[in-house]
Amino acid sequence: MANSVEIRGLSRAFDGNTVLHDLDLDIREGEFVALLGHSGCGKSTLLRILAGLDDEIGGEVTVPARRSAAFQSPRLLPWLKVWRNVVLGLPGRPDRALALKALDEVGIAERATVWPKTLSGGQAQRVSLARALVREPELLLLDEPFGALDALTRGKVQALVAELWQLHGCAILLVTHDVEEALLLADRVLVMDEGRIAHEVTVDLPRPRDLTTPEFVTLRARLLNWLGVTRTLEGTPS
Amino acid sequence: MTTKPLDAAMLPQQKEVVAAPSTRVTIRGTAKVDRRFTVPRSVRRAAGPVGLVLLWFLTSATGVLPESVLASPVDVLRQAVDLTKNGELPHAIAASGRRAAIGFLIGATVALTLSLVAGLFRLGEDVIDSSMGMFRAIPWVGLIPLFIVWFGIEETPKIALVALGVTYPLYFNIYGGIRSTDSQLVEAARMMGLGRFGLIKYVILPSALPGALVGLRYALSTAWLALVFAEQVNADAGLGYLMSNAQQYFRTDVIVLCLVVYALLGLACDFAVRILSRRLLTWRANFEGEA
Repeated sequence: MANSVEIRGLSRAFDGNTVLHDLDLDIREGEFVALLGHSGCGKSTLLRILAGLDDEIGGEVTVPARRSAAFQSPRLLPWLKVWRNVVLGLPGRPDRALALKALDEVGIAERATVWPKTLSGGQAQRVSLARALVREPELLLLDEPFGALDALTRGKVQALVAELWQLHGCAILLVTHDVEEALLLADRVLVMDEGRIAHEVTVDLPRPRDLTTPEFVTLRARLLNWLGVTRTLEGTPS
Repeated sequence: MTTKPLDAAMLPQQKEVVAAPSTRVTIRGTAKVDRRFTVPRSVRRAAGPVGLVLLWFLTSATGVLPESVLASPVDVLRQAVDLTKNGELPHAIAASGRRAAIGFLIGATVALTLSLVAGLFRLGEDVIDSSMGMFRAIPWVGLIPLFIVWFGIEETPKIALVALGVTYPLYFNIYGGIRSTDSQLVEAARMMGLGRFGLIKYVILPSALPGALVGLRYALSTAWLALVFAEQVNADAGLGYLMSNAQQYFRTDVIVLCLVVYALLGLACDFAVRILSRRLLTWRANFEGEA
């Protein structure tokens, strides 16, 4: 399959402090890639560059024109009703039917006419996903979209993202620091370190994935090792 | 930072000395089972002002408070009726209201334009904001003599003073509102394909609105205040004229009446802005609680 994203020799420095270092990366059409790394390793910077929010870069980045993003905080405009938020920025008059369809996809069509402030964290994140997907992106950028959710809600929204990905077939780049989340969702997991892709692993496990299988556990141990985390206290339930 | 570990090390030792045996406290409930009759809060709140007016009335009626110092509330009320009947009071209110309205509109237009230019453009900020900061340091009431030199003694200096008084609170609040726009929201909106115009319309202006409304409340109260000052100077109509006339004849009843009217007009404006805020800011879940 053709590449959706092509990054060649990408570098980015903030005040002489190099954050991205001659980075190369391809993402195929429809591929789900997870990007792991410690805080400050440059993973969010990379995502912002792909989103087009940061262009003070060296090197070359090719991305689809149709791309959208969901962030750690839902970033909904509090003064627009939920459905208006979903279709914000689309050309033409706000299309309510389109918004409702997108909200229905994420399972909260009934909250279409409320103010965003009245939503729970999980609901707001769903709206944020609907807003990203209503644009039919070829590339969806997710910047720790589950980071602020409680464990129970997180699981549900993760499953939702997997489902929506199957449905839309867009390429996804998920930035996270949760190893299990990366392994549950992605086709390929990248580990970033000091502004480079330091490690890479293809996750060839059948979906939906079971985090108790030996393969999963092995992969997780490998990723944690790459990240420099040794977990001796937290064993896996066997 | 350096004292912290020291404190932490000291604390447990002190505690051991002071509270060696474990002490317990009993929390006694203060909820009363059988509540006696209590005066409703609204009545209690009204008691103060009503009592003061009553005191005013009584001291006036008994002659303790001479009329040359302060007219009795009955006289003030009578004046209100008389001056309304002969049309003097409505005429004065109309004249003052006209000045306040024109001055406010001019000031608001200037403030809105300046704050948008300063808020939206880096160059505008550099040029305008520092100048506004400089001008604000000048007490605007002190400009009355200069305005008389410039604009004469007719309507213009009065309107100009109101406009000036309105400009500052509106400018600083709208400018501040624009500048406090959440950059994360701007980023997300840009990501969703909003252009410069869309960003201003959907993100920047709405997020400046709460500040603008606060500015509006200040601006309206300043407008009436500026009017009181301006109308002391050679007015031939309006509440200030009525007041300075009354001053020449020691008519404290008319003076008090004018003050009350000023206060009521100010209150009415404030009330209007509060209603407006409630309408415009329904999206703020925490807005002023219930009712």
